[in-house]
Amino acid sequence: MARHRVIVVGGGLAGLAATMKLAELGVDIDLFSLTPVKRSHSCCAQGGINSVNSLTRQLGDAEWKHFDDTVYGGDFLAHQPPVKEMTEWAPRIIDLMDRLGVTFNRTPEGFRDQRRFGGTLFARTSFAGATTGQQLLYALDEQVRRWEVTAHVKKYECFDYLGPILDENGVCRGSIAQDMVSMEIRAFPADALIIASGGCGLIYGRSTMSMACTGSAVSRTFQAGARYGNGEFIQVHPTAIPGADKLRLMSESARGEGGRVWVPRKPQDPRPPQDIPEQDRYYFLEERYPKYGNLVPRDIATREIFNVCTKEGLSVENDRLCVYLDVSHLPRQLLDRKLAGILEIYEKFQGVDPRATAMKIFPAVHYSMGGLWCDYERTAEGGLNIGSPRNQQTNIPGIFAIGECDYHYHGANRLGANSLVACIFSGLITAPGAAALVQNLNGRAAAELPSTLYDRETQRHLARYKELLARPHDGENPYLIHRRLGDVMTKAATVVRHNDELDWACEQVQDLEDRARRASLSDTGNWTNQNVIFTRALVDMFPLAKTILKGARLRDECRGAHYKPEFVFPEIHATDPVQRRLEAEAWCDRFVENNRRWLKSTVASWSAEDREPLITYEDVDTSLIPPRPRLYGMVGGDIIEQVWRERGVREEAAV
Amino acid sequence: MSNTRHPHPNGEPRASQSDGRPGRNFNVVVLRQDGPGRPSYWERHIVEYEQDMNCISVLQKIAANARTADGRKVAPVAWDCNCLEEVCGACTMVINGRVRQACTALVDRLLQDNPEQIELRPMRKFPVIRDLMVDRSRMFNTLKKLKAWVPVDSYLDMGPGPRQSQENQQMAYVLSKCMSCGCCLEACPQYLKIELERKEGETEEEFHARERELHDRAFIGAMGIAAVDLFNTNPVGRMTATERLDALVAEGGIQICGNAQNCVKVCPKEIPLTTSIARAGRAATVHMLKRWFDR
Repeated sequence: MARHRVIVVGGGLAGLAATMKLAELGVDIDLFSLTPVKRSHSCCAQGGINSVNSLTRQLGDAEWKHFDDTVYGGDFLAHQPPVKEMTEWAPRIIDLMDRLGVTFNRTPEGFRDQRRFGGTLFARTSFAGATTGQQLLYALDEQVRRWEVTAHVKKYECFDYLGPILDENGVCRGSIAQDMVSMEIRAFPADALIIASGGCGLIYGRSTMSMACTGSAVSRTFQAGARYGNGEFIQVHPTAIPGADKLRLMSESARGEGGRVWVPRKPQDPRPPQDIPEQDRYYFLEERYPKYGNLVPRDIATREIFNVCTKEGLSVENDRLCVYLDVSHLPRQLLDRKLAGILEIYEKFQGVDPRATAMKIFPAVHYSMGGLWCDYERTAEGGLNIGSPRNQQTNIPGIFAIGECDYHYHGANRLGANSLVACIFSGLITAPGAAALVQNLNGRAAAELPSTLYDRETQRHLARYKELLARPHDGENPYLIHRRLGDVMTKAATVVRHNDELDWACEQVQDLEDRARRASLSDTGNWTNQNVIFTRALVDMFPLAKTILKGARLRDECRGAHYKPEFVFPEIHATDPVQRRLEAEAWCDRFVENNRRWLKSTVASWSAEDREPLITYEDVDTSLIPPRPRLYGMVGGDIIEQVWRERGVREEAAV
Repeated sequence: MSNTRHPHPNGEPRASQSDGRPGRNFNVVVLRQDGPGRPSYWERHIVEYEQDMNCISVLQKIAANARTADGRKVAPVAWDCNCLEEVCGACTMVINGRVRQACTALVDRLLQDNPEQIELRPMRKFPVIRDLMVDRSRMFNTLKKLKAWVPVDSYLDMGPGPRQSQENQQMAYVLSKCMSCGCCLEACPQYLKIELERKEGETEEEFHARERELHDRAFIGAMGIAAVDLFNTNPVGRMTATERLDALVAEGGIQICGNAQNCVKVCPKEIPLTTSIARAGRAATVHMLKRWFDR
């Protein structure tokens, strides 16, 4: 019997975790990546990785609370069984990474140190300086190299995945990829395909993401028939350094270690920040959210920063929107031991030492909560049945999606330091499921199939490639179309969304797509042609861009990162206690009604004929933790929380 | 570079001013090469100045423009990059004579030092794939040879790793920040380029096997020595230290190091490479003696 092979597309944390675990289970892997896997975007993750730990446990923490923080942070849009399972695995995942040699920071006694992150009151976040993602990535990269030496893993680095190969029954039998150096297009037979290609931030032009994060692998799988969930939920990180080529992340760990966000009370106060006395500073997050302070979830921090600059006119600078992120009051020794990695980035790019002067930061597109739709198998207790091939499998049999490019775990907003745990978790649990799938194939292994299927697909992609090279030279420049796409998406589908702007953006994007499909190449050679790779990735950005826009246009509510001012619930304004209660009751009624309509995942499928996504909605499994108003102890929100609690008590009494 | 066809172009049009002020243009010369084994040649581009530019945005502009200073339409310059914040190591090249990452090479500062122009060329110690892109797979082969990983029993749940002092963690963390960019190798006089051509009739596998064999015999360089130091001080890695020390003293090992100390000066992550080399050197000596006595 021929040995079974699995293809993994993407060599970040999720792809490497799946590869390593599959190899251990005796399955051979072909690992594809646009870059050498050690250079994957996971290396940009800075702050840390969350789990319950022995310290937090003694303060009353438990896996269930990590689970609760995650679904509350995600505004209840995530299916709860995968999240529950993930938070239960988290302590074991960090133990494993510790054994693999990740240089986690230590306490004086030699235990792993932890810090606090957003959306929780517990210090759950293990970290390796301020380059935790890099350190986790390297540990997995080293393990995969170990399996490469024993020939269990074959790496195809600098290969562009062009799409899956489906047989006549719609079952995945491999994939097509192009060597980015020799430009050769080849078919790779496989019995399962795992997409682990990360986010799609480049659709927004500039973001905190790496240049490989075009979303092309996901888009090509989507266009081949895979569904896409919750596309409109794009995380805009509150603190990034504005830049001409990229918006560089300034980790939440800066606030986790005590960094404070503020603006001068006097608009555009010309004094240098260190000369502005306390009473002239407006710590707006701390004032509005005394319980969570600077560590409110990202969607909230981002909106507050955006509002303080746009609505309240308190941007630090006149011609550029930004606020202060200040760590200059913290001891230098702590900064050097725990945050050096990110402070060096600020210093290198801005030429200012953030240990001495407050940093200037502004929100930037950062993460995609949505991704390829995938399944899971629930146990009676509400966790996952580990080993089931249904876990993380898309609607195309044999194709799995893991890591940032799946739609589980984060709902409408991701909590900081949860992405790393979700990536490694989804990778690890997909391995036994995929192994079970390929080892129990009823038909023949892909390696034994006739070559006609593979030849046909190779020819089809080769023809498309030749068409690209043969385009007339007088067309538009794809790089300029990309810049325009980024501008449109950033204007219409980031922090604040308006239906008229989304309509406008849909039209613009359609026009840009038509133009991109006719754009001409400045390089028509057949050797290391980056122009081809880029133009093809650009063309494939449009199906995802349209899915983001259409999902956002249709969703008439506010949930997590998706915010439409038109549908904001009014704040409680009354001062009279009876009136306040009445307003809070009405607020809660509206909350229940809104959930009935909108507590649903958006599920898109691609219509090749119309070149449009078709949107349907799917119920969310909220059977473990019932949805509740998400206020994070906001000043003035206490009455709503009180009314909601009392309703719960009454309902329980009624049962 | 032996096959440079001609030096910097002089007669070509140039940007008249490149003092880095907004609205002005500046000159960028790039050492291009169309493919392996092809001759290299200089090409001049005029780039429009903007605020906060780095060499990545310069190359992005050149790619979008795809015209030389004299207006000739050319294929965009090929180069490697990914994270743009100096943690992935991809965009390493030689800028104004110094090996570094293009993303942290800020235009304002480069023009301050040399208002005339910015000069970009590929690393010299690795085979050029095209233009500024080089093939650094040798570094990853070195990591294979040195068994640069922690050899755990399994990926099952076995509890946490060993406790470690803050001091150990700090030392390991610094070494573990190595992003395999290759700066230390580019600057090293002992590290020599290996460039192979695929023979006729040779399959890809055969070619890579031949290449791997050559890589395995060639100098591992500072990054390789530091990797041995990192894994041999890891509490679990130490259990198989002998295997790594064998590789460290084998052909292409630490004995090639000529102590020029260039590596530590160019490391963008400020890894104390010479300290690692000294530490690994002592371990290698002890290892050799032990092997000699154990015979």
